[in-house]
Amino acid sequence: MNRILVVAEHAGGRLNASVAKCVSCALAIPDAEVTVAVLATDGTAVAAAAAEIHGVARVLLVRNPASEPALAAVLAPQVAKLAAGFSHVLGPSTTFGKDLMPRVAALLGAPQVSDVMAVESAVRFRRPVYAGNAIATVEAAPGRTLVATVRTASFQGAGGGGSAAVETVTVDAPLPAHTRFVSVSAAKSDRPDLQTAARVISGGRALGSKENFALIQRLADRLGAAVGASRAAVDAGYAPNELQVGQTGKIIAPELYVAIGISGAIQHLTGIKDARTIVAINKDAEAPIFEVADYGLVGDLFSLIPEIESQL
Amino acid sequence: MRRILVGIKRVIDYNVRVRVRPDGSGVVTDGVKMSINPFDEIALEEALRIRERGGADEVLAVALGPDDAQQQLRTALAMGADRAILVKAGEPVEPLAVARALLKLVERETPALVILGKQAIDDDCSQVGQMLAALWDRPQATFASRVEIAGERAQVTREVDAGLETIEVDLPAVITTDLRLNEPRYVKLPDIMKAKKKPLDVTDLAALGVEAEPMLKVLKYEPPPQRQKGVMVKSAAELVAALRQKGLV
Ligand SMILES: Cc1cc2nc3c(=O)[nH]c(=O)nc-3n(C[C@H](O)[C@H](O)[C@H](O)COP(=O)(O)OP(=O)(O)OC[C@H]3O[C@@H](n4cnc5c(N)ncnc54)[C@H](O)[C@@H]3O)c2cc1C
Ligand SMILES: Nc1ncnc2c1ncn2[C@@H]1O[C@H](COP(=O)(O)O)[C@@H](O)[C@H]1O
Repeated sequence: MNRILVVAEHAGGRLNASVAKCVSCALAIPDAEVTVAVLATDGTAVAAAAAEIHGVARVLLVRNPASEPALAAVLAPQVAKLAAGFSHVLGPSTTFGKDLMPRVAALLGAPQVSDVMAVESAVRFRRPVYAGNAIATVEAAPGRTLVATVRTASFQGAGGGGSAAVETVTVDAPLPAHTRFVSVSAAKSDRPDLQTAARVISGGRALGSKENFALIQRLADRLGAAVGASRAAVDAGYAPNELQVGQTGKIIAPELYVAIGISGAIQHLTGIKDARTIVAINKDAEAPIFEVADYGLVGDLFSLIPEIESQL
Repeated sequence: MRRILVGIKRVIDYNVRVRVRPDGSGVVTDGVKMSINPFDEIALEEALRIRERGGADEVLAVALGPDDAQQQLRTALAMGADRAILVKAGEPVEPLAVARALLKLVERETPALVILGKQAIDDDCSQVGQMLAALWDRPQATFASRVEIAGERAQVTREVDAGLETIEVDLPAVITTDLRLNEPRYVKLPDIMKAKKKPLDVTDLAALGVEAEPMLKVLKYEPPPQRQKGVMVKSAAELVAALRQKGLV
């Protein structure tokens, strides 16, 4: 049997949607028994939510006020202790998982497979490299613990209806004091979350200013969509960093992705490959974004956005 | 001597359209432009700025890789690094082995700060910095977009999914860079000449006592599935009609 430990990401007492996707990935491993680890101050609600994910056999709840807000240096020694006896330790390819999992792997002396997009066997996985320009099939030597991060855009979240047992456990690991949380500034928004939204409207450098970027936000609101941005738009200050889509931003898989005034650099495209339908609006008919767009519209965004709105 | 160690990985330039070899053994590298990993250029720039503000005396650039990685180290020296070390390695080295090799150098060079990129744009692993911090038992501040050093502490703002997070770490520590931390300077011709005289030491994994026995094997590389080019519509009305028909709006 493959015993798989999934590290739960959570904040504000809520389980992150990435956890159900990691569980899906874990269940794709043959003969899997899936355990979710919740490290939290209290964690009751988070553990209960994890226990409801279909396919989860067990939830381990480790209570420690030092675990929130999450700091990799504090969580890693606890996860490494919990990992004893598990064949695989999985976390999401979110900034939480990317920060934490390699630290866990190093403590275990284990290799890490980053951004698993498909499971081929208990030790063989597919993952994107070179900004998604190539897909590598990697195989780990069997017989040692394997750490992996899960490319969340590649997996549907496991459904609900489960009723796993929640076990409160203690781990005995010295925790460092060398790293301290100071603050987090998260923009409050009523819009859907970029990583889970069914529709995303993204704007690029062509918007030209923060004020103009409001056109993207307005269209997104009309469609009940999340807002995304290219790196150029974020660098220029038109949109906050958490909206960046791409190789070094968020990798997303919405039903509908609308790229407005975005050229379609490879680093951007790698973030939207899994979108069901891509729409591109660009005044340059030669823009590379049109190579991947299901629907392309050539023209000036400043006249086209109002025209689209008038059609809705 | 207060030292900053930066990682310099030689990678295919980010402007190159990377292609998989027909036999799936790797990607095409013949005649392809190689450069410093863009995140490592940012790491070096940050180290130089800290030194220029008086926060460090020496910037040490380290690369693991083939002999040719000396080119990227020379560029790093031309940008302003004081000294460089190449750790020769034949095959691509796994992140954990890179971290183990860097740890050996860290023990020898006792830097106050190690600055690496948040990811290498070839393997896209995003592992080495976190692994080094774990092995060294020191703090990590990943995905940094702002770094402020004050004495034996650093305040680092990190680009996280929720927005911007600030943490404080005691030094020594490992920082990994995000794109918006700074804009690397251009190398000037006289600096390239000067860089030729700066020390560049060459060692190898065996001399450092690091085993690079791979734990992961790449069985094959494949091109990604291509998306089909779709249709061009002529107007906003036609676009909305098409999306409506598919139930997308
Ligand atoms: C290591 C690395 C990582 C990167 N990671 C990312 C990433 O994660 N995400 C990302 O997006 N980028 C990333 N980039 C940057 C990427 O290479 C491009 O520079 C960036 O995506 C360009 O953004 P853009 O399309 O908005 O701007 P541009 O390339 O400048 O394109 C603007 C487009 O708008 C069009 N346009 C102009 N005016 C109008 C108008 N009035 N109406 C309609 N169209 C108009 C133009 O024709 C053009 O196609 C990365 C780069 C590097 C080196
Ligand atoms: N071979 C290498 N030589 C020097 N630095 C490296 C090497 N491999 C990785 N690094 C550093 O570690 C960072 C993250 O790499 P990775 O974990 O492979 O994505 C890079 O941006 C470099 O700073």
